[in-house]
Parts: sequence; structure tokens; C-alpha cells
Amino acid sequence: MQLIKDQKIIEDNWQRITEIATDASLPTGDVIVPFAYWLENREALSSREGRLGVCIDGDNDIQEVVKDIKHFYLIALDFPAFADGRSYTHARLLRDRYNFEGELRAVGDVLRDQLFFMQRCGINSFQLREDKDMQDALNAFTELSVKYQTAADGAEPIYKYR
Amino acid sequence: MYQYDNYDQKIVDDRVEQFRDQTRRYLAGELSEAEFRPLRLMNGLYIQTHAPMLRVDIPYGLLSSKQLRMLAHISRKYDKNYGHISTRQNIQYNWPKLETVPDILADLASVQMHAIQSSGNCIRNITSDQFAGVAEDEVEDPRPYCEILRQWSTFHPEFAYLPRKFKFAVSGATHDRAAVQVHDIGLYLVRNDAGEVGFKVLVGGGLGRTPVIGKVIREFLEKKHMLSYMEAILRIYNRLGRRDNKYKARIKILVNATGIEKFTAMVEEEWSYIKGSVLLLDQKEIDRVRAQFAAPDYEENAGADTSFAEHQSSNPAFATWVGRNVVSHKVDGYRAVVVSLKAPTIAPGDVTDVQMDHLADLIDKYSFGEIVTTHDQNFIMPHVKQADLFSLWEGLVAQGLATPNIGLLTDMICCPGLDFCSLANAGSIPIAKQINEKFNDMDYLYDIGDIKIKMSGCMNACGHHHVGHIGILGVDKKGVEFYQLTLGGSSENDAVLGDRLGPAIEKEKVADTIGLLLDVYVEHRQEQESFLDTYRRLGIDPYKQRVYPKKHSEKKVTASAAY
Repeated sequence: MQLIKDQKIIEDNWQRITEIATDASLPTGDVIVPFAYWLENREALSSREGRLGVCIDGDNDIQEVVKDIKHFYLIALDFPAFADGRSYTHARLLRDRYNFEGELRAVGDVLRDQLFFMQRCGINSFQLREDKDMQDALNAFTELSVKYQTAADGAEPIYKYR
Repeated sequence: MYQYDNYDQKIVDDRVEQFRDQTRRYLAGELSEAEFRPLRLMNGLYIQTHAPMLRVDIPYGLLSSKQLRMLAHISRKYDKNYGHISTRQNIQYNWPKLETVPDILADLASVQMHAIQSSGNCIRNITSDQFAGVAEDEVEDPRPYCEILRQWSTFHPEFAYLPRKFKFAVSGATHDRAAVQVHDIGLYLVRNDAGEVGFKVLVGGGLGRTPVIGKVIREFLEKKHMLSYMEAILRIYNRLGRRDNKYKARIKILVNATGIEKFTAMVEEEWSYIKGSVLLLDQKEIDRVRAQFAAPDYEENAGADTSFAEHQSSNPAFATWVGRNVVSHKVDGYRAVVVSLKAPTIAPGDVTDVQMDHLADLIDKYSFGEIVTTHDQNFIMPHVKQADLFSLWEGLVAQGLATPNIGLLTDMICCPGLDFCSLANAGSIPIAKQINEKFNDMDYLYDIGDIKIKMSGCMNACGHHHVGHIGILGVDKKGVEFYQLTLGGSSENDAVLGDRLGPAIEKEKVADTIGLLLDVYVEHRQEQESFLDTYRRLGIDPYKQRVYPKKHSEKKVTASAAY
């Protein structure tokens, strides 16, 4: 499957599991599971082959998530609706305060016109909504060339250059 | 005033092209209406009853003559030859075509203006005292801080999709003319015991469906911490503000639900992590921006002029106008002039292209090329030499801009209402007309004196009705327009929400009912007592009795029977 990562379209092999029956087993390979599933299956997940990611949304308490942050290679931020901006703050806290260096991936209602903001908050990969054109979406990163304020992208306030 | 550098200019230029492409994609069907909606709102573009409405930012209300001429040009080229000054010091165009909006934005960018975040669930245009920079009671000019906040909040990535809109007001004066206490964040520049100037920070004020007076979250904030503290408040709000119900999504609801003590503790904790970060504001930047608001070259001996006094004694109409529309100034020999957009025959706050061009010429001649929009929908010319006031007055009279009614009953705040706004439940402009027709005797208006009537066509309260001395709220009752009156509100230092007078009244009776309320005032006032002070002394009962004589006595009987 293709997605945008670090401003390029790439092939991606992560499998995002949104629902899983209690007795079912996970597929092999790299998986993204709901954070709640991690909490209930941490031992099994820690011992399995393949890399692990968890998916959180605005309802999750980021303090809970960061307790286990060393186990996560990737954290997916689910945008149930593109106008739900809570995960922008999640992303900034994960990057700025908890120094998460793994992949931060936007999933859900992810559209071109929010990518610029998401990227500035520290999200570096984007599972664009299926009906949207990925090539077109790449333009989003360069539309605004000047940034007034600091964010998780390391930009200094523009006034420092004045 | 603040002049864009290359960075500022690049941002608005980039924005024009970005919005041009967004509009193109919408018209090509690549963006759905739901997807385009927040994008256009973040650029001040609404789809209204008759046409789109474009709201253009006027940061802290300040305009140059060049910018004002451009606003006139836009109204001529893309609209119907007028604009409407809003209660957030912005200008609104009621008739642009969606397809032309990118061109309008390009025209605006050519004079260092934009429509960025004039709507949408983000940080809106930052408002201030219309007399900023010239007021005698100023601790410090608030505009540099408004400008620094404008830049910090422009396309702030973390706060682009807040639970709901977010409004700042900043005042540097001891007399609050900026309605600071009814904003999501209100900032007062204050001096502490050590003599340093910083901010008193209020949070969680607002009007709308659930009007709330803001609460103090910090008594004194050093200037260097301004951005980090704001970021801490916004971050808590972005995380925890309600998103399940847009009517409960403003920060005031979160603050009330959490309690101000706990909310403060959360903000202070968040702030403790970020206060030492790159958000720490450099004094150098404060100085750079402050320098751009330096006072113009006032004439030293302007106060020596005697013609001003002579004109007043020889021309009563001029003297009357001076009495109401001319305001004292911190520099001897200068005055600030209020340009009334409340002539009896126009919708309050409307200004035509011809008037705007004319005003631009007048401010070039008499006010160092600067003019300020006010939250009560007039203009201020901030730096007029007293010797020029007579010529200026003649110039204003020629364009119907010298109605001597500032602060009087007909200087109403009035939202666009049902005539234009798709949110409205009832008309506002027809009520303003009704009031103007009934109260057309200037002697009577002068006798009544200072009074603030504020009117909204729906509970969203763009017309600030809760904080009017008399507030008027349009409501819809089974398809018929009714009006709910409130009394005793204020948005100043003594900010308080008005009390509900009683059941909503019929449309035809609004002006007559105001007449009854004024009768009560005239009968009971003591010496120089204002309408508001009389109300505060008397309480609401005598006003209720006058407006609802029958119902009021019935209610009393019922109440005593219940005992």
C-alpha cells in the first residue's frame, strides 16, 4: 500500500488492525494495533516478531501512552474527522516533550489541506483518505513558505531572522 | 503603524495562491462542500442568505489611507459599493462572488492586508482599544502586543482546528474600551508594584448562547512570557475543549466545567514545561514592533491655536459635534475624532466606497494618514490638530459622516441580522431604522445622554446585546420576529451581563418599549446620573412594571398566593 512519508510517496507494509476478535491472532509482519489492545496484550505483543505501532486518537490520555513509549516503533494518530484538531497537540507533545523519534502517522480523515499543519506538529507520514490524490497532496507541504512561529518541525520564530 | 517586511508579505502572498488553488479545486469538484467549508471560513468567507460574505481582517482596527482606498476599491469592483464595519473591528462585504475572492485577496495583499482566520475555529482577528496610542489613560500602547500575537497565531499549526472560534482582546488603558472581559482571552497591560508593565490575563469570557464574564487566570504576566502562556492556555483548550456539541465548545464552557482554580493549575503546569523554550519572547522583537507604532511628528505648539475655540463659539452645530464626537488626546493641541457611521438613514456600521475614499483623503490631510475602526462600528481619526477640526468637520458633513451622536441612543451596535446573515432569527437593521425614526429629536437624545443599545439578530450575539445598557435580541417565535430586551449590561471595567426584562416583545413595539424604559429613567434619575447608573440604583422592577403592567401585577399576586 502507498502512503506519504517524509514528503514522498512510498510503498508501506505496515498493517493497521482496527478490530480484532479476542481469540484471533495477529498477522505476521509490522502491525499497528489500537492502544487499548496493547494495554490488554502487552506481553504477547512484546514477544512477537515484527515491529509494533499503536493507534491513538484525541480521546486517549497522552500521559498513559508515553508510559509505554519505548515499545512503539510507530504511533498512528487517528483523525475521526479532519476538523478534530486534538491530535495536533498529541503530536507536539510526543515530539517536543517526550522526544518520540519513531514514525508519527496520520490516519483516518486525512486530507491535503491539513497536511501542512500536521507536518509542523511533528507528524511525518500520512495515510491519505482513499479517494484523494496523493501526488496532488504533496503540494501541501510547500504552499506556505514562511512560518511565523515555532512548532515540532524545529522552526525558529521568524523574528529571530529579522 | 506596522509595516510588513518580506516575511510578512510572503505569507499573505502565499496565502492568496493557496486559496486560489483551494477555490479552483472546490469549483472543479475535487473538494466537497464539507471539505471546503473550513478552508473558506479560515479565510473569512461565508455562504450567506443572498451571496457569499467576505470578512476582511483589520488587525486591532488600524488602517492607512492606502488600505482604506483599497477597501473602497474592492467594494466598487467586487461588491455593491459599500462595506460593513463589524464588532470585531473588521470589514465585511456582503455581495462578492465566490470566484472573485482570490482576486480580492490578491488586492488586499498588495496593501498588506488579508482575511486570514477572520472566521473558522481558530484564533481570530485580535481587537483592541480604538484609542490605542493616543489615549490619556494608557499604561502602554497595546498594539505592538496585538501584532506579535497576530503573527504568532497566524497559521499556528497546533491551533488550526480548535473546538471552536477563539477571540483575543488587548487593552492598555485603565478604562476598558475593548470589551476585554467578554473575550476567550482578555489581556490588560498593567503595572505591578515593582513598576514593571506586564499583562493581567483573563480567560473564558464570551457572549453567544452562554454569556460569561472572563475570569482572572494570572494577575501579572511578564511580557517575555506572553506567547508561552497563551500557548499553554490554547493547548489545554485544544486537548480538553468539548467537540461533541458546538454550542458547548467555547473555552468558557471548559473553564466553567473545570473550575477556574483547577483550570489555572492545568495551564500553569503546562506553562512550566514550555516557558523557557523558544517561545520566550525576545525584548529585541518587542522593541522592533514597538518602534513601528511610534507616535507621528506632532506639532509642538498645536495647543496655541485659538481658532478652534472661536469656531465653537460662532458655530453651534460645530460645537455640538465637538461635544459628542471629539475626544481628548494625550498630546496638547490634538484630538481624536469619532466618525459616526450611525447616520439615521443608514444601517449602523455601513460605509460606502465614496465615503471611504473621502475619509482616506481627510486622514491624509488631517490625521497622519491613519484611521481606526471601532468595535461599536464607527471610525476614529486618531491624530487631529485642534486647528484642523473645523475644516475636518466640514469635510465630514459633506459626506454625512458628522452625525453628532457618539455615545447616544442612536449610536447603536447592530449586527447584519436577517437581512444578510443566514444564522439570524430576526432582523436587526429594521429595528435600528425603527429606533432612528422614533428618536429623531436630537434635543431628547442629548437629554437622555450616554446610553449603549446593542442589538443581535440571534443568540450568537455578534451585536453584543448581553452587554448593552439596553440589549435587544431577535428571536423567532413560530416564524414571527420577536425581540427580547435586557437591561443593565456593560462591557467596560464593570463588565456585567444584562438582566432579562421579561417576555419578548413584538417587532412593531421595540422602539416604543425603549421609549417606556427611557421614561422610567427620566422620571427617576438624580442630577447627572446616567441611564446605567439609574438602572443599577433602581433595579429592574420599575422598568418591568412600565413595560408589562398587567403581567407584572398578576405575577406578584401569584407569588404571594403561593405563600
